[in-house]
Amino acid sequence: MIPLSHYLIVSAVLFSIGTTGVFLRRNLITVLLSIEIMLNAVNLSFIAFGRTHGTVDGQIIVFFVMTVAAAEAAVGLAIVISLFRHRESLNPDAFTALRW
Amino acid sequence: MFNSSFDAVIPIVCVVLAALAAMAAEAFRGKGERMPIGLLGLVGLVAAGVSSALLWNRNAASFGVLVADNFGLFVTGILVVVGILTILFSSEVLERDGIPAGEYYALMLFSLSGMIMMAMANDLLVVFVALEIMSIAVYVLTGIRRDKPEATEASFKYFLLGAFSSAFFLYGIAFTFGVAGTTRLDAIGELMAAQAMVDNPLVLLAMGLLMVGFCFKISVVPFHMWTPDAYQGAPAIVTGFMSTGVKAAAFAAFARVFLSAFEPYIADWAPAIWVLAALTMIVGTVVGVAQVNLKRMLAYSSIAHGGYLLVGLLSANEVGKAAILFYLAAYAVTNLAAFGVIAVLGARDQGNDELRDYAGLWHSRPALATLMTVSLLSLGGLPPTAGFIGKWYIFAAAVSAGYYGLAIIGVLTSVISVFFYLRVVVMMFMKDREVAGMPAQVSGLGMAALAVAIAAIFYLGILPTQVLDLAARSISTIF
Amino acid sequence: MDGWLGFVIMSVLGVGFAAVMIGLSVLLGPRNPTPEKLAPYECGMPAVGDARERHSVRFYLVAMIFLLFDIEIAFLYPWAVALRDLGWAGFVQVLTFFCVLTVGFVYVWRKGVLDWGPVARRAGDPVQKKAA
Repeated sequence: MIPLSHYLIVSAVLFSIGTTGVFLRRNLITVLLSIEIMLNAVNLSFIAFGRTHGTVDGQIIVFFVMTVAAAEAAVGLAIVISLFRHRESLNPDAFTALRW
Repeated sequence: MFNSSFDAVIPIVCVVLAALAAMAAEAFRGKGERMPIGLLGLVGLVAAGVSSALLWNRNAASFGVLVADNFGLFVTGILVVVGILTILFSSEVLERDGIPAGEYYALMLFSLSGMIMMAMANDLLVVFVALEIMSIAVYVLTGIRRDKPEATEASFKYFLLGAFSSAFFLYGIAFTFGVAGTTRLDAIGELMAAQAMVDNPLVLLAMGLLMVGFCFKISVVPFHMWTPDAYQGAPAIVTGFMSTGVKAAAFAAFARVFLSAFEPYIADWAPAIWVLAALTMIVGTVVGVAQVNLKRMLAYSSIAHGGYLLVGLLSANEVGKAAILFYLAAYAVTNLAAFGVIAVLGARDQGNDELRDYAGLWHSRPALATLMTVSLLSLGGLPPTAGFIGKWYIFAAAVSAGYYGLAIIGVLTSVISVFFYLRVVVMMFMKDREVAGMPAQVSGLGMAALAVAIAAIFYLGILPTQVLDLAARSISTIF
Repeated sequence: MDGWLGFVIMSVLGVGFAAVMIGLSVLLGPRNPTPEKLAPYECGMPAVGDARERHSVRFYLVAMIFLLFDIEIAFLYPWAVALRDLGWAGFVQVLTFFCVLTVGFVYVWRKGVLDWGPVARRAGDPVQKKAA
């Protein structure tokens, strides 16, 4: 059987990939995808922990997280579309109307 | 300890029903037809307020994950007041700015239901779901003026950092779940108390990640980057709503998680909160001084107020306990009043929210200038206003808990902040300049709401004992 | 390591079979290319224009709405599996959930999001900068 730590390491690596993507990528859609990767990395942790505790709680939590992620993605895409209408660009560096 | 029943859900159900009704009304509204949708929201909120008053002292719990203890009910009360005042301000702003009323009210009520859920949640998963219900609706509200590029941009920045932070929050929940095998806060608390002496790195990791998630929501430095942009880009009425409601709800959940579930580990998280509180107060105040846009200035001021709240959380002793909730209430009415004035002074194509727009306001609009002055003085913490009493108790608690450094930083930053609040007041009274583009007159409803908010500021400032007493008894149910 | 042996055999067999089949057809098959044969297969229709052209924004709108309503099925499967254990209480809860969703659906429907094709814009809609 694969020990818990393996799952946790994969999950941590995925989470780091997502975090790096949010900071480094210069396309808003890719940034949104990176956030989804982070959420799914957490889902992996939930399932692994749930499995070690011998309950289905972990999997049920994942259902909720998936739903929330879908709602978030829908709103995010909608905002990106309306942003694109104003700017004709998906590069975050182009958005500079607000700066202190 | 809790009576299991359906009762604890009732305040949330009232708000959700009102939101659904608002959505259905908007769906069946004919072109150009006007509907009293705001009234639906008011009815729902009043029902939520009455039901939470009836639930007082009953410790109802539903499904084991929502508890209507006095702490949750007190915060629900604050949120209901925030909601009612926002609806009263909104009625004229919506029509003037061409914001679709049904969508606006539905989103606002949904986000309020998420906030109430967050204040009552007794399960980390429910905290997460409630946080998202609240946040997703507020992201859309921020960008509800789709014709304005800066509103859309603010909305996207807020969304991006909000979603990013909720991933961290969720990761924290995952580690807590891994350590405790459950997401129920009471069960986690018992487990933590049992093994508090063991230094478990997973627990520290979990606490750190949860803290990052909460700090994003209550815009604590260095997780505050989104705040000025979101607050400036959003319509003033939405800024007032989110700077008070989101902060109150997120802070309530923060306090519940860290003061009840992770209380045994206080020695580990207290130093982190100390540093965050100090940074937040200093950065919020110092950067606020340099602002020329009133909304942006108030955004930094609200960051600084988050720092004072953290001081209250840290020194939650006999004095400090009541101070947290009292400060939340005082801050909510004060900030709403300030943003309410900005909202009613705006025009459709022109925010009128630069500092120079306020020059000579006293000569053209004496009533509004007075109201603005009172709320700014309360934000600055001058007697006899609510802000003064709130700060007084927070700093007294910090001193009695031995956090002299934080108390000194707090007092110093308060003094500096008075400078930038007074700058606006001086602008309004001294400079003589007729302002063009201001709306002709303010409706009775908006003025009534402002008057209520100002009355509340003075009530909390002059006769605070009753509310303080209530706050002290509420928070004793969780800590 | 023995748990992995089957996996390795399976992968080798799968990749090998595909490689052998493709290799054989390259070696043995007759080749007589015509422009029609080289064109991308579009269900027998002649291909028109570039596939990467911009779609109407309505397309994305419907896709997003679909995403939202589709993911709600995630809650129905566990409920359907545990239907008898959950009893009437579970049924009422799922019904409540569905009522809330239905209000959302009615809203989307009445707002005209589900109307396909180039419909005239409703008068109440905010003016868009550029037609999609």
